[in-house]
Amino acid sequence: MSTSRSSASSKSGARQSKVTVNSQWKAYLQHHRVTAKDSLIRLLKSPGSSIMTWLVLGIALSLPMTLFVSLENVKQLSRVWDQSSQISVYLKKGVVPRLAQGLSDEIQALPQVTSAYYISPELALKEFSAATGLSDVVEGLESNPLPGVISVVPSLASQDAKAMEKLQDQLMHFVQVESVQLDLLWVKRLYQFMELGQRMVWALALLLGLAVLLIIGNTIRLSIENRRDEILVVKLVGGTDAFVRRPFLYTGIWFGLGGGLIAWFLLSLGLYWLSGPVEQLIGLYGSEFVLSGLGVKDSLLLICDGVVLGWLGAWLAVSRHLARINP
Amino acid sequence: MAHVRFDNVSKSYPGGHHALSGVNFEINQGEIAFLTGHSGAGKSTLLKLIMLMEKATQGQVLVDGVNLSRLGNSQIPYHRRRVGVVFQNHQLLFDRSVFENVALPLRISGYSSRDLERRVRAALDKVGLLKKEKQSPIELSGGEQQRIGIARAVVNKPSLILADEPTGNLDPTLSAEIMRLFEQFNDVGVSVLIASHDLPLIDRLDHRVIGLKDGRLLNERPAGGL
Repeated sequence: MSTSRSSASSKSGARQSKVTVNSQWKAYLQHHRVTAKDSLIRLLKSPGSSIMTWLVLGIALSLPMTLFVSLENVKQLSRVWDQSSQISVYLKKGVVPRLAQGLSDEIQALPQVTSAYYISPELALKEFSAATGLSDVVEGLESNPLPGVISVVPSLASQDAKAMEKLQDQLMHFVQVESVQLDLLWVKRLYQFMELGQRMVWALALLLGLAVLLIIGNTIRLSIENRRDEILVVKLVGGTDAFVRRPFLYTGIWFGLGGGLIAWFLLSLGLYWLSGPVEQLIGLYGSEFVLSGLGVKDSLLLICDGVVLGWLGAWLAVSRHLARINP
Repeated sequence: MAHVRFDNVSKSYPGGHHALSGVNFEINQGEIAFLTGHSGAGKSTLLKLIMLMEKATQGQVLVDGVNLSRLGNSQIPYHRRRVGVVFQNHQLLFDRSVFENVALPLRISGYSSRDLERRVRAALDKVGLLKKEKQSPIELSGGEQQRIGIARAVVNKPSLILADEPTGNLDPTLSAEIMRLFEQFNDVGVSVLIASHDLPLIDRLDHRVIGLKDGRLLNERPAGGL
């Protein structure tokens, strides 16, 4: 009885599992599509907990981005202020106007300088008496106490603190120059603050990114526990690790995408809410500053961050917990 | 070449429990055999070794001439795709339809949807559940659930089917029906190994019987030995 059966077996053996590479590739893509859709539907089927998770992720993602946008705006504002920063080059006594004008032209020719103009001691005294109303006092002076000054406006590219200092050094080297004064201290402080701000944004982004990873990791861990039976069966009938992982990775991606979108929405809403008062405030200072929002690039970056963090969080959870479920 | 071969196989668990000791046997291609013994005799362990759910502590298990201890973790899924398994507790997923339960091995193996539908329907037709493909397994009876499990085990057209107490919870009539299904697969050349302690049923069928006791091979009764 058994011998007649064994002769038939070779035929059936050849027939089994005829899967071409092409159809396998198609099925692979199809499985990705189906899994992505299924994972989303699963999330939407328990809207309560999913929305809670999305909101938490959205808030966690929006915080560092809010600081980032604020910092970008302060930077932009400081650029407006920088334009008013001038360098005063005080000349030595007895430098004749012709030489002083020549030096002014020389400074003007420097690449880091937008404009330089010479103010003679006489002109300076006239301006001083006009501005202060102390013309009587000025007239009583025996000689003009003011030195000649060249007022220098540095170019935009050389407006950070380092470049300004370098320019100051360069100007000091001219023999006719007595001293160079620039109101650098507040520029320095501002840059220090911005540097500090930037680091704080990074630290916060790092911490909250970690929080996002943990939130997603924990959520995925729970969903792995909930689908334990399914994982066992899939592994028993020959599912590879990648196959088992896929739905959870998509769940992570959906969580991240939703979180990113919510963060973007919160941020846009906040900026819209603030833009009126901020522009009015800035307008009082006569500046043309406009509150800059999230550009297309930043928006995409924010949402991509969410997706990448979601995927990574899911990956971490899956690699930790899936290996423990073995039939 | 033997389809399944056990070469002096022992399996012990941490703590010193010997589930199998020095087991030797072969199952030829296209053969059908019963594995009997009391619970705890090592039937399930033996099947688990073939499925690579466990690894032998000693000796070799060969399937189609391949030494299973040589297979790496990444190759285990591909080995399991070549073996169909039927479980006593069915291991069905109640969150999806009968159709999807049976389709699972094909989705894993990467079948195109047209091929997949054709094969799933053929398997369901074979076990007589074609009309219930849209239902959830939970709506069906125990015997029907077991038949879904069988359809899922054969849908990939494996050359070897293992069954662990497939009639454990069924009445004699249903049990006989299930056994007839296994015989039908065997008729087209599939090797079948069924672990069961339903001795009256086994005696009626008169196939080869491999008896286990306390992890050792106890006796053998060849096919047609009654």
